[in-house]
Amino acid sequence: MVTRPLGLSSSIRSLASGICLGLILCSGCGLSTPSTKAKKPKPVVVPFQPPIAKEPGAFDAQSVQQDSILIYNATLLTADDARPQIEGGWIRINNGLIEALGSGRAPKIMKGERRFDAKHGFLTPGLVDTHSHLGVYPSPHVWAHSDGNEMTNPITAGIRAEEAFWPQDPGIERAVAGGVTTIQILPGSGNLMGGRGAVLKLHPSRESRAMRFPGAADALKMACGENPKRVYGKGRRAMPMSRMGSLFLMRKTWIAARRYKLAWDTWRKNPEKMVSGVLMPVKPPKRDLNLETLAMVLEGKINVHVHCYRADEMLLQLKLAKEFGYKIKSFHHAVEAYKIRDVLAREGVSVSTWADWWGFKIEAYDAIEQNLALLTESGAIAVLHTDSEEGIQRMNQEAAKAYWAGVHSGVQLSEHDALKWITYNPAVALGVAEKVGSLVIGKHGDIVVWDRHPFSVYAKPQLVLIDGLIRFNSTEKRIPWSDFEVGQ
Amino acid sequence: MTLLMALTIALVGGEIHTMDGAPMTQGTILIKNGQILAVGQDLVIPADADVVQLDGAIVTPGLIDAWTQLGLVEISGVDASNDTRSGLGDLSAFHRVVDSFNADSSLIPIQRVHGVTTVLVAPSGGLVSGAAAVFDLGGPVPISPDVGLVVGLGGQRDGSRGSRFWRLRALFEEALNYGKNKMLFERNQYRNLFASRLNLEAVLPVAQGKKRLFVRVNRRADIRAVVDWAVLNQIKLVLVGAREAWLEAARIAEAGASVILDPTANAPSNFDSIQSRADAAKLLLDAGVPVAISTFSAHNVRKLRQWAGNAVRVGLTQRQALEAITRRPSEILGLDGHGLLRKGAVANFVVWSGDPLEFESTVKAVYIRGVHQTKLHRQRVLFERYRKLNPSSSHNGSEDAQP
Repeated sequence: MVTRPLGLSSSIRSLASGICLGLILCSGCGLSTPSTKAKKPKPVVVPFQPPIAKEPGAFDAQSVQQDSILIYNATLLTADDARPQIEGGWIRINNGLIEALGSGRAPKIMKGERRFDAKHGFLTPGLVDTHSHLGVYPSPHVWAHSDGNEMTNPITAGIRAEEAFWPQDPGIERAVAGGVTTIQILPGSGNLMGGRGAVLKLHPSRESRAMRFPGAADALKMACGENPKRVYGKGRRAMPMSRMGSLFLMRKTWIAARRYKLAWDTWRKNPEKMVSGVLMPVKPPKRDLNLETLAMVLEGKINVHVHCYRADEMLLQLKLAKEFGYKIKSFHHAVEAYKIRDVLAREGVSVSTWADWWGFKIEAYDAIEQNLALLTESGAIAVLHTDSEEGIQRMNQEAAKAYWAGVHSGVQLSEHDALKWITYNPAVALGVAEKVGSLVIGKHGDIVVWDRHPFSVYAKPQLVLIDGLIRFNSTEKRIPWSDFEVGQ
Repeated sequence: MTLLMALTIALVGGEIHTMDGAPMTQGTILIKNGQILAVGQDLVIPADADVVQLDGAIVTPGLIDAWTQLGLVEISGVDASNDTRSGLGDLSAFHRVVDSFNADSSLIPIQRVHGVTTVLVAPSGGLVSGAAAVFDLGGPVPISPDVGLVVGLGGQRDGSRGSRFWRLRALFEEALNYGKNKMLFERNQYRNLFASRLNLEAVLPVAQGKKRLFVRVNRRADIRAVVDWAVLNQIKLVLVGAREAWLEAARIAEAGASVILDPTANAPSNFDSIQSRADAAKLLLDAGVPVAISTFSAHNVRKLRQWAGNAVRVGLTQRQALEAITRRPSEILGLDGHGLLRKGAVANFVVWSGDPLEFESTVKAVYIRGVHQTKLHRQRVLFERYRKLNPSSSHNGSEDAQP
């Protein structure tokens, strides 16, 4: 909710509307009567949180009024450590949330409730992808639609993938048909600090904002390694041309961010001062969108996701994070994570990687098929991500492939562990595990019904629910979500 | 190796999918000198044969990927290790991948351990990319150094698709004329030609219908045009990629052309492939078009069986899918004795622990030309090296296996 800053003096008000329009949240301010006396103004709270993030998505689970749905006759693969598998199970979704689940005889049907016979199929939580460029690099792949990399400066921390997201990307419904219900959309890796990512629910929508996962924090996408130095150094003879330049620029920017945060903290503490016995407002610091995003990282309000392939570079990034006091939520691609899995486990940094992509760059040359399995065995948080409009349609297969690659090599892990790579663990990496990622009462009604075990190459989703709404049904004729696919 | 080759090997007690008839249980394969001597249920095993018990394991022909860049690319982003493009212009019919192929590529054993024994290696780029070759993944000698010419049609950054197709037709016409008037050309008494002699020499056998023409093309209109042109000129046509080919399935079948496709390509990726669909393989097969499934990859040709599994997911039978990565590509590429298991065939086969298309199944053994292949590869060595971590040393300190 955005309230008008009525409680502010006129000079501050014009400043606010000129510089921080929509940014100043001042709950209760609207109730106070403006006074012309030099009364002590109410403290103005200026969080680095944009108004957008405060608004619930259109499909906020709690706000959706809908029929209850009961799915029965299924094996539930819950991705929940307390009870990984429930044979002969059923689940009830009501008002967009998981209301109950169990095994044995399905409960009595409620009034107006829809029932779905899973016919001895399998039921999993909706799949979660921490790394997607759907909407920002949509199909068709044309220059005019390619909005994922603002490669005009290596530091563009303040830009938002959300604001380039094309909700008509035909890839979105294809991902849903593969069982995916939540994704994080990210800017590309051309820049060192490429901008902000957002967590979305894959509802059909006219705008990304309505798809936002309610309450989920934004991401800061950072990138190390070949890409930024190729774009700037090789492409333009600009900094960074080397990994030295990359780290220098990152460090320099974090120093600026720290100073920026300090300036705002100081101002927030003392937004006014006594001048000749009158309490006067102090001019707030100048707003900088890049540094604002980074300051939010330092406050722990934005999650850091770092594109990084090599083990040594990941260690370097961990050091940098310690130096400036932020936490890395997930390393992405991280094909060499297995080499430092002890450190990653100890630091609690998750690893988002593929089952078997490799070799497209020299920093991706040391990939092995057992990366996810070894990370899991070592107690690190392993996440299977796709970074691909093709891969996102078969995350279950990719997990199965990596699972068996581990098992056949004697790595200790269970099927339950591997299912978590595409459900619970990515939810942890996105900071939304309280709400999605496992079949637990009270979580979002994000459900996939499979015709057979999802680790079979032949498995197909029969039904995909997002917030209790049926978003894919294999028995229904496909009507394209995307306007692009209509009439041609 | 010579010693081994002279031996008769008998693999007994397997579920053998010959791709030449119904699968047989308790089957035996006899191999000698890189060839299959016999496949059957009640074979007499020679006394001197080396016997391998299969214990009911599944045996299939070695998998064949009909469109890869294997041996041409080590690291895609390292230019000097990437030899897919001739770099000598839009007309590079003279370009032969066989001259670039690296049999020692670290990629090859990585694909082989997933059951791929044979690949087509394709050049890319330009209107005429060059000649493709076919290799067994057990050595540097090609099965076919020049299996056909690769060209690319469709939407271009500059210029129309029509002018591009015209240029191809003109090139073929010129090659035929050149073929008829070589003497005049040699005496410098022939009109100026727009293509070089080297290009014309390479195009000639293709224009004469003696060699295959592989056309990378996706849009229906382009497919229709190229199929009709091929029929009129008796060109041996293979459509590659062919996203919208299913819309012209009957025409393609009638023309006797075949298709190499990626069964996961189901999105309108560009304006040449608006009507992409995952079940295109089924629609084409139902119309009688020979279809091979490919990964269109270099580093992940090993996904071939997963790709076939995905084709089953959208309508192919398991048998059809397996054929699409064994027998069909062999037929499409005209490989003698590949893609099926029978007397006289090349002894390329894979022993599986279960359904070849399922992730759960492992490859127990790969034979190429009768030679049992090593399971070692660079990724395996890295895995072993880091199986146990010892943070104080660069790795765990154990002896590395040699790939």
